[in-house]
Amino acid sequence: MSSVLVLDDVHVRYGGSHVLQSVSFEVPDTGVTALLGRNGVGKTTTLKAVLGLAPRTGRITVRGRDIGGERTHRIVAGGVGYVPEDREVFGGLTVEENLRLVDPDAGADAPIVRELFPDLVDRRAQRAGTLSGGQQQMVALARVLLRENDLLLVDEPTKGLAPKLVTEVADVLARVATTTPVLLVEQNLPLVRRIADTVVVLDAGRVVHRGEARALVDDPALTTELLGVSMRREGAA
Amino acid sequence: MSDLVLILVTGLGLGALYFLAASGLSLVYGLMGVLNFAHGAFVTAGGYAAWLTMDALPNSLGVGVRLLVAAVVAVLVGAVVGVVVEVVLIRPLYLHHIQQVLVTVGLSLAAVAATQGIWGADPHPVEKPAWMAGTVELLGARLPVDRFVYVAVALALFAGLVALLRYTRLGLVIRAGVENRTMVEALGIDVRRTFTVVFGLGGAVAALAGVLYSQYAGTVSPGQGGSLLIYAFIVVVIGGMGSLTGTAVAALAVGLVQQLANYYAASGIGDLSVVLLLALVLLLRPSSLKGATA
Amino acid sequence: MSRVSRMTSSPGRRSLLRVVPPLVLLAVLAYLPYLPVELPGVLPGRVNGPGSMQLLATCLVFAGFALSYDVLFGRTGLLSFGHALFVAAGSYLLTISLSAWSLPLGVSVLVALGGSTLLALVVGAVALRVGGIAFAMVTLAFAQAASIVVLRDPGGITGGEEGKALPRSAVPDLLVGVQNAPYRYWLALGFVVVAIVVVRLLVASRAGHAMAAVRENEPRAAVLGISTYRVKLLAIVVGSFLGALGGVVHALVLGGSGPHLTTSEFTLSLLVMVVLGGAGRTWGALLGGFLYHYADARLTEASGSGLFESLPDGLRSVLGQPLFVLGIFFVLVVYFAPAGLAGIGGRVVRKAVRP
Repeated sequence: MSSVLVLDDVHVRYGGSHVLQSVSFEVPDTGVTALLGRNGVGKTTTLKAVLGLAPRTGRITVRGRDIGGERTHRIVAGGVGYVPEDREVFGGLTVEENLRLVDPDAGADAPIVRELFPDLVDRRAQRAGTLSGGQQQMVALARVLLRENDLLLVDEPTKGLAPKLVTEVADVLARVATTTPVLLVEQNLPLVRRIADTVVVLDAGRVVHRGEARALVDDPALTTELLGVSMRREGAA
Repeated sequence: MSDLVLILVTGLGLGALYFLAASGLSLVYGLMGVLNFAHGAFVTAGGYAAWLTMDALPNSLGVGVRLLVAAVVAVLVGAVVGVVVEVVLIRPLYLHHIQQVLVTVGLSLAAVAATQGIWGADPHPVEKPAWMAGTVELLGARLPVDRFVYVAVALALFAGLVALLRYTRLGLVIRAGVENRTMVEALGIDVRRTFTVVFGLGGAVAALAGVLYSQYAGTVSPGQGGSLLIYAFIVVVIGGMGSLTGTAVAALAVGLVQQLANYYAASGIGDLSVVLLLALVLLLRPSSLKGATA
Repeated sequence: MSRVSRMTSSPGRRSLLRVVPPLVLLAVLAYLPYLPVELPGVLPGRVNGPGSMQLLATCLVFAGFALSYDVLFGRTGLLSFGHALFVAAGSYLLTISLSAWSLPLGVSVLVALGGSTLLALVVGAVALRVGGIAFAMVTLAFAQAASIVVLRDPGGITGGEEGKALPRSAVPDLLVGVQNAPYRYWLALGFVVVAIVVVRLLVASRAGHAMAAVRENEPRAAVLGISTYRVKLLAIVVGSFLGALGGVVHALVLGGSGPHLTTSEFTLSLLVMVVLGGAGRTWGALLGGFLYHYADARLTEASGSGLFESLPDGLRSVLGQPLFVLGIFFVLVVYFAPAGLAGIGGRVVRKAVRP
């Protein structure tokens, strides 16, 4: 099995703190890879390092192409889609405008939006800032899917969402993952168990575990050791 | 009554000039977080470019025609200067906002000094078309025509900028960038290219302000841009830093307050009352400025 | 930027190393009025001649101005464009107290310092309602208001564009006249020493640590329980007090107050001085202020002396503008030596000490 994304000895330093300390892992070119770990271990920073949003050293390749020195917009335009933590939709812009930023021609008329997010088509003239959290998450997902991607980086897409919406987001991700590999940061272990194939666990800026998603989530001792939580205390997906 | 009309129209005209000077500044600040001190130098560059062009053109052309050509030249000069400054001086310091301010401060000092060195410290008179120097009678007051010209240009610029922001791809990227530059970049859009375009646009608008301000003052002088810049700063802060409509309303308010205070209190009180207005706005609604603290 | 001390010697030797060079420098500076040497090209006439003494005195006052501004910019991270307001307030309040209100010198100094500090408190309290770049714009607007007042010459007390001279009779004889230039020089030197001591004490105090915390990371300082508003206001008040003291000395050294102290150009030049010398470092700010005024004064002279005669007309007249040269030099420093001259000097010294 080949890899879409390879991180080799990646370091990130912010001011005085050494946030990522030689992170190396690979993301296979199919399915969902979950990036797990306690709060503040560097999961979001890892995604930002890939995107060039954090000052990084080391080697990062996407489909064999070295993106270490590239600027963010080139990396993204080159096929790395990014759904950030807290959605970060443009609240003052309409849904339509949020989508047209990425796809100037189609926007809400794009087939993928009609198919996956029919609700957004109805709300195309609404300001994104007035949408609910779940709807905003759909905008954040939709605008990324308007581009052909080699890889999606998705940061805590279900954070703060009601259980029903968590399921909807999970469904979208599972469908997307049939065509595009996804690197997913997620705290919700049942969801990870449902849609992720492999997991990478970070602790204190280092990779401490790699393996199959089910094997990890179904092992209470291991989840407690690595993540400080067990499956039972999390809500169901 | 006729005095009041004159005061109001002059206030409107002045407000129009303030809007011209402030809109570019506000756009650049809103999108890039850069406080451009060299904006005053762009204004001065526009005034001098127009003055030199008018002098260079043959007298056989009417003053109005020469002024029009000069304004076009000035706008082009302003745009080029803006683009060059952004690419050479601002871009290498991307994300270092304080250093960016410092560089534009150095540039503004050097530009004023260079202008003084080349063309002298004294003001040079600028030709004004006869029809602009004349007056019209309205509601019993004799009103200088040039005030209406400033207002018309400002209105046209406002409409043009609103249309640009609302209906074009560039405008969409600018509006998104004002909200969240990083996320625009993270959607695969080269936001820095937009910075260059906006800086050029700011330079062009500043130069236009310079042309009209030199018409208002009747002269060009090295310090002209700097003095207009301070009012532009006040307008930008009152207008909420980066909002075009806010800038327009604030420019109008500042122009009117200044003229009314000058007339009804005492000459010179107008400038102070503008600062007082700024202080009041800060004390009464600081929350609207929260977004501007970065 | 963290400055890690690399001294490894014993604490006693270390404090000795810190104290002795400044004291030696102070002694040398205090001795200059007794030095009848000519330094052609460097100073006009003999070192202890009135021309040189006056120039050096003004340079020292500017060093103090820069140090006072550094309390805001370098120590607390406040980008203020209104500092000239307080310098000008000190200068003009002294001149007005002496001339228009005929107060005795001691009372006038108190009025100048008290009035300026109160002004700083009010202006600071309002301007600090916004942060960052907006704060810079707002302070500039307030300074501009002062400039307007001074130029309007209300009731004839500021003298408008001409400025206002100190009444000769109100000032001690020792500070008046060409032959007394050394006394004015010592007065300026005394001001610089006071400013250094105040800044040193402030920086070493708890308030000083809070200022540094605000500069490094304001949100984090707030989380640590520091009232950032009060810390910043304190920095403004202390910096403005020192600036006003400098304004008082400036008025005494130059024999009056001029509107150039209120211009936005002067307010910007304070920033230029501090960044040129090295923000956040006592010696950096002092050096920046001293050299800035020195360069300003000498470049004006150089352009008049035919130094640039061989150059083409346009270039010569541009280079004859001190602010052009200083402005360009400033931009270069921002790019290539962000720690200023003190930063360059520090590197050289460290290299020499530890090969």
